[in-house]
Amino acid sequence: MKAPPFSYVRAASLADAFKLWSAAGPEAKLLAGGQSLLATLAFRLSEPSALIDISRVPELTGISQAGNAIRVGAGTTHAELGRHELIHRHVPLLAEAVPLIAHPAVRNRGTIGGSLAFADPAAELPACCMALDAVVIARSARAERRIAAAQFFTGLYATALGAGELIAAVEFPLARAGERSTILELVRRSGDYAMAGVAARAKVSGNTLAEPRLVFFGVGDRPVAAKRAMAAASGKPVTVETVAAAQAALDGDLEPPADQHGSPQVKRHLARVLLARALKRIAGVEEARAA
Amino acid sequence: MSTDVNVTLTVNGERVSRRVEARCHLIDFLRLDLGLMGSHTGCEHGICGACTVRVDGAIVRGCLVLAASLDGAQVETIEGVSDSGEIRDLQDAFIARNACQCGYCTPGMLLTAADLLKSNPRPTREQIREHLAGNYCRCTGYHAIVDAVETVAVRRNGKAAP
Repeated sequence: MKAPPFSYVRAASLADAFKLWSAAGPEAKLLAGGQSLLATLAFRLSEPSALIDISRVPELTGISQAGNAIRVGAGTTHAELGRHELIHRHVPLLAEAVPLIAHPAVRNRGTIGGSLAFADPAAELPACCMALDAVVIARSARAERRIAAAQFFTGLYATALGAGELIAAVEFPLARAGERSTILELVRRSGDYAMAGVAARAKVSGNTLAEPRLVFFGVGDRPVAAKRAMAAASGKPVTVETVAAAQAALDGDLEPPADQHGSPQVKRHLARVLLARALKRIAGVEEARAA
Repeated sequence: MSTDVNVTLTVNGERVSRRVEARCHLIDFLRLDLGLMGSHTGCEHGICGACTVRVDGAIVRGCLVLAASLDGAQVETIEGVSDSGEIRDLQDAFIARNACQCGYCTPGMLLTAADLLKSNPRPTREQIREHLAGNYCRCTGYHAIVDAVETVAVRRNGKAAP
């Protein structure tokens, strides 16, 4: 289908964007990479009065190191994220996630800010942000505030952004020495949204995980930090017993809804499989020994 | 603010100025306003890849980009890369391997394959499949398409084709 009619204006700066947004009124939407928004408009899932194009706002671009964090401008495309040297060196989980996001042509346009603001519960980057304890930098015309990723996703396609607020950047702590991370997902076809996935990070010594972070996606209305499974795996060597204990604990962490990929039972099973694979992978334990 | 927007961009090396509806996506602009019918309209929501074109050197979904947003951009379509001869070898291999079939997905496949070979001149079959995974062939002729891309990769690396 064709999108419903709307007006269009391009912002030249952040100040310009807020001015145009305010003038356009509450029915206007921001357009970043458009890779989700334009598809939903084609389905006529929403009918904004106007699109404010923020894709050329210079303040939203760039990846840089700021103290103990890597700051990623909200307008950074997935493709830019995936090839940036600072990301590979300091936030390797993001570099590993990028090839799992949609397809090359979509990664060339889609942005990290757009992905987080859209907050699809099966998307990779929201889960990565939670697993990495990232901070979302939200800006309004008047103020800036910092929102922990764990507080940012508030429900199905819902975030902590208020009216008139946009994502300016995301800050990721530098990976510490001895830290390992991975992202795994199950998809029917490469590039699809995940049936289930997990972003995992832990400090590893030997095959023991300290402070593991395990965030599941595609199994709830938002990314889910598996707190019980994390506690069960923390401080223990990754053995058959530890994996089984974490899997049992995971059942208490998840309340997966049924979707086109299957029943809640199927989702729980997939999550347990992913949990085992993720723990073994970050601990560097061979499948044969721990399975 | 207006529902019509003036844009000036470069399409296949030619400067083009038009007044477009804000909601008009790039693929309709190319096909209906400029008469460049080589790029195809498929699903119109970013799934099938039939509308793949290049904007500023990077492949995009033509149905997920607004023409209005492309002021100053360089757009290349299958017509442009055919005329320049850039993908002649890919086109020849698609014909030789019977990788075109109905032809609907072919322009998008060719631009995506060219994009792969630019960034990865020696792809494995698995990498070819992965890069083309966002382009659907409803004839299901994927095997022949992967064969054709592999043939070109090998030839460009100076070896006899398999």
